Amino acid sequence: MKCALCKEEEATIHLTQVVDGSVKKVHLCEGCAAKSGFDVHSPMSITDILLGLGGPGDVGATSPKLTDLSCPRCHLRRIDFKKTGRLGCPTCYETFAEELEPVLKAMHRKTRHRGKVPARYESYYETSERLEALSQELTRAIEQENYEDAARLRDEIKSLKSASAESAEER
Amino acid sequence: MNTKQYIDQSSAWLPDDTGGGIAISSRVRLARNLKDQSFPSWAGDDACLNIWQQLSAVLPECEVLADAQVVSMEDISALDKQVLFERHLISREQAERKSGAGVIIRGDESVAVMVNEEDHIRLQSLRPGLALRKAWETADALDSQMEEILDFAFSAQLGHLTACPSNVGTGMRASVMLHTPGLVLMDEMNAVIKGMAKIGLAVRGLWGEGSESAGNMFQVSNQITLGEREEDIIQTLDQIVLEIIEHEKNARWRVFEQNEQRVHDQVGRAYGVLSNAHILNSKEALDLLSYLRLGVDMGIVKLKDEAVINELLIATQPGHLQKMQGKRLKAHERDVARAALVRSKLQKSPKRANRKKS
Repeated sequence: MKCALCKEEEATIHLTQVVDGSVKKVHLCEGCAAKSGFDVHSPMSITDILLGLGGPGDVGATSPKLTDLSCPRCHLRRIDFKKTGRLGCPTCYETFAEELEPVLKAMHRKTRHRGKVPARYESYYETSERLEALSQELTRAIEQENYEDAARLRDEIKSLKSASAESAEER
Repeated sequence: MNTKQYIDQSSAWLPDDTGGGIAISSRVRLARNLKDQSFPSWAGDDACLNIWQQLSAVLPECEVLADAQVVSMEDISALDKQVLFERHLISREQAERKSGAGVIIRGDESVAVMVNEEDHIRLQSLRPGLALRKAWETADALDSQMEEILDFAFSAQLGHLTACPSNVGTGMRASVMLHTPGLVLMDEMNAVIKGMAKIGLAVRGLWGEGSESAGNMFQVSNQITLGEREEDIIQTLDQIVLEIIEHEKNARWRVFEQNEQRVHDQVGRAYGVLSNAHILNSKEALDLLSYLRLGVDMGIVKLKDEAVINELLIATQPGHLQKMQGKRLKAHERDVARAALVRSKLQKSPKRANRKKS
């Protein structure tokens, strides 16, 4: 079998991973595997697969805008992330939010935390949960042309936002 | 630090006896990171050293870690690191680190906190048998105590932020180590592994990611960490593990019914080789111990002290053998030392009855 990337060398590295219920197989030669940033001697993680190989032949096919992207806090570049499958700092989750979203969805199927919240984040967390629920209600009210409710919801969102901004300043 | 103290102590996560013990141990680990700090692998040596100094000073203040020992990776020998790895107290990756990384271990080994592994904090809680809820309670309590003194990297949308996106959210990986020779003998383990993958659970070997399964032992763990509550993840895993245990029991009796003599023969041979061999490599020892454990579980062999099987599981590992002998041993020397250890332990715990069907 030939390598899925260079299509010249014999594929000696066969990656198999179950992603979201379906089995994905990729066959590479050692050279291409190394170039794609895979350490052929250590086990593959699901992250490596999801970030590096969207599908056979997809490696490196990203827009230049994303290739140049780097984190303003820790200066991790997109290419570093792709190589290791690891982020540089908590801020990277904002920096690379756009491309992380499909990755997170494929890994976890959901994209919003439902578990334990640190005590010091609790009030902030409740506000953000409430805001999300209110804005969904608002969208629905507008769709149904229920402008009275929409106005009330808009005011509620506004006051909740300014209250949380004040408490954030205090912290 | 010298790991000699651990050698004579039974690991916290090993049960006192094998009593039908298909589930050997349960583990819950949480990944946590400090707010506004780069993750360890990207932070650079100086930042890691600062974080290690800070965390190794404040973490022992947590009640759960009251009698814990603080161990810097810089201060211990390669052999001591291997002993800690074999006891599941540090990862293989952590064992390779030197300055700016370490581990904080509770005296009874039931709780260990790795600092500057992939994340700033990796805390784990271990329990013998199937006891995920208890393991979670301890991990949860320690996490809450840490929250009081540390500000964690957390986002309302994504929860706990971790170096690898596969841990984001709860940062929790719950796992159970299972001994399933019945399913392996009936050629049904692969189907179980595939089934697990479909419902978002991973199955790995005895020593975690990338390790081969030896001695018919497997670790089942959750893959999904985002979008589900910790209690729900634990409950699902608990239920699935109970189902696997039922399958395993069922498979054992089918194996037994199909060919009773063969099971007796395999168990008897395992016991015979373990009691009399003078050269035993690591894989052979694990595989034979698996048959001996099966024999004990099914009442075919009765040992005076059944805990000896669990003890040997760890004690026959290369690091432990060398620590006991007090010197570096070559592979062949280890095989000889391993056989001698197994012989002496089994002689101290002789077989009681030859057959007892229960």
